[in-house]
Amino acid sequence: MAFAALFTARYWTWRRLGALSIQALIAAAVLAVVWAAAENALANLARLKIKTGFEFLERPAGFAIAQRLIPYSESSSYFAAFLTALLNTLVLAAVAILIATPLGFAIGVARRAPNQLLAGVATAYVETLRNVPLLLQLFFWYFAVLQTLPAPRASHSLLGVIFLNNRGLILPAPADAGSAAIALGAILAVGALAAWGARILRRRLEAGGATGGGALLAPALAFGAPLLALLAAAATLHWERPVLSGFNFAGGIVVIPEFVAMALALSLYSAAYIAEIVRAGIASVAPGQVEAARALGLPPAIVSLRIVIPQALRAIVPPLANEHLRLLRNTTLAAAIAYPDLMLVFAGTVLNQTVQAFEVMAITVATYLAISLVVSAAMNLYNRRVLQAGG
Amino acid sequence: MNAPSALAPAPDSAPPPRPGAVRRFAASCISTPANIALTAAIALLLALTLPDLVEWTLVKARFSGAGPEACRDPDGACWVFVSARIGQLLYGDYPPPERWRVDLVLAITAACAIGLMLRPVRRHAPLALALLWLGPALSWVLALGGVFGLPPVATTRWGGLALTAIVAATTLAGAIPLGLALALARRSQLPLLRWLAVATIELGRGVPLVAVLFVAMAVLPLLLPPGVELSPLLRAALAFVVFNAAGMAEVFRGGLQAVPAIQTEGARALGFTRLQILGLIELPQALVIAMPGLVNTAIAVIKETTVVLIIGLLDFLAQIQAGLADPQWIVGDQVRDAAYFFAGLVFWIVCFGLSRLSAGLERRTAPGR
Repeated sequence: MAFAALFTARYWTWRRLGALSIQALIAAAVLAVVWAAAENALANLARLKIKTGFEFLERPAGFAIAQRLIPYSESSSYFAAFLTALLNTLVLAAVAILIATPLGFAIGVARRAPNQLLAGVATAYVETLRNVPLLLQLFFWYFAVLQTLPAPRASHSLLGVIFLNNRGLILPAPADAGSAAIALGAILAVGALAAWGARILRRRLEAGGATGGGALLAPALAFGAPLLALLAAAATLHWERPVLSGFNFAGGIVVIPEFVAMALALSLYSAAYIAEIVRAGIASVAPGQVEAARALGLPPAIVSLRIVIPQALRAIVPPLANEHLRLLRNTTLAAAIAYPDLMLVFAGTVLNQTVQAFEVMAITVATYLAISLVVSAAMNLYNRRVLQAGG
Repeated sequence: MNAPSALAPAPDSAPPPRPGAVRRFAASCISTPANIALTAAIALLLALTLPDLVEWTLVKARFSGAGPEACRDPDGACWVFVSARIGQLLYGDYPPPERWRVDLVLAITAACAIGLMLRPVRRHAPLALALLWLGPALSWVLALGGVFGLPPVATTRWGGLALTAIVAATTLAGAIPLGLALALARRSQLPLLRWLAVATIELGRGVPLVAVLFVAMAVLPLLLPPGVELSPLLRAALAFVVFNAAGMAEVFRGGLQAVPAIQTEGARALGFTRLQILGLIELPQALVIAMPGLVNTAIAVIKETTVVLIIGLLDFLAQIQAGLADPQWIVGDQVRDAAYFFAGLVFWIVCFGLSRLSAGLERRTAPGR
């Protein structure tokens, strides 16, 4: 539309004028509410003598955080507390997602299994977990399971290297952080190389018309090589085993019970929802596709791998990303059992100490919103580029 | 994995009778050796866990007794906790002589929930809306008191299942119309309205409920004129409404998008105005399509109400926790396990019941409406 057209009489119909005046009214109403709220806020802040501004972030926090993945002490700043707590939230979400996703896939597939006993058990899992509040499940894991575990002396142990007791989960740790970092880098490099190799291999095989066992080579390479690298790294690294000394363990990594309870509750709860997403995704593949593939004489593994899974993924991945985001938002229930996540540490302790509700809540809300929007945007891009393009 | 397909029957033979459910179940469990092994493994797992569960909940459980002393026996669930504290679990700290009002609130909430599920109600939007609002409005008036000669009871004394019911009903009464309004605003032709709706929806969907509750607790009072104070319950309810309206808006948007475009085009060709198209063509169909999503969101709201305990409101779950923290009830694992089992069962019956009910409605109303 040419700009000059705005000045012609024909442009300004009654309808356009009406639309414009309604919007002007809405804008005025919104502005009036915001204005009144701002006036009240300024008056209240002055009356309560609350400071404003973000300089509080540099002041020492003065409180301890039970789980620190980066250096943090009571003399660290509020900003350091923010980073520590944010990292706690992200690590919890990542661990829970890594457990929930494969578990959810397995249960979702099991619900469609020909074996009705297996399908029934999977259905019972989904219907039980989905219809009980997450907070209650969290209390169950924390108060009824983890807090009733034995003291360190009587720990449950797995192969004598992993211990579970009322102080938490104690894992062996690599003795040397430097070589552990190198090993991690090597595993990631092998993984990237294997994914790239698998892609090329798949193209070659497809070009050659391979439909037999050969087509299984690509996924075998993609998953097998990183797994082998992981095993090799685990075998070559020098591990520090936790050892019971006196009343507690020395050495190893201690995962606090709050983390274990949160990870268990979040992942088992989300797995029920992921199972439903997977089930619906598989159901969305037209049955004719499978029948046609079978009629062509393709072996069942190839039918699943090349016909069902690629099409089901298109229906699964977008809601799966939403479910992962929901899991991330649900980490905020940590406040109920005092796992030091972003919400509890920042919107709880820091807000109570500084009383600067506006600034603290703005930072908290913006952080969650930013993570959510970034993941959504990445998902949309992936959806357009990969899933809809058929790659 | 699947059963071997039967050979093609002789052309003139009648189809074989369909095997019974038990036979089909057995056949699905016993086919290949791998399948038999799987069946055996699951059966073993169930055999190891289910009898213990039944024994714990029923056989060795204590159903009656005088207070905590009855729960020292460590073998079965102790249901005495539930019966001894049923007052707190249902009414919280509500004054005992006035508890009949809470009974009435619970009855009204249940009646409205069932009423909303009935078909004549669901097909008349004004009637449904009236029920949706009448329940919570009556509940608030009854529970608050101060009118019709009812002694006033402060919201700080409300608690237990009654609080859970009031929060859930109020949330739905506010979030459903607000969500519909947001969904309609989102497809408005006025850009300003559209942007406001999109911003509200994305904010509500991207922020955790706990954060919205914290904002309602810590920030909202600062935005009100000095002297105006909202009770924590009202602020929590407000946070729930705003948070869930965003989710509801997405459900309604899905419903509106699912109405075939040809219907609105046809109506326009017949000379319907836009308001008529919305009210007579789009909304009636969109609401039916959105129904399962609405019920799912309602279930989510009921489960979510438990989060109010984080900001110190004493809902059903918080009363369970408070009871377990009572020193006289710290007598062993059986009390706590039984209390959690009971709380889970209450929520499960309500939520699973609602989801089954909605699935049943869906089947009955699905084709050609």
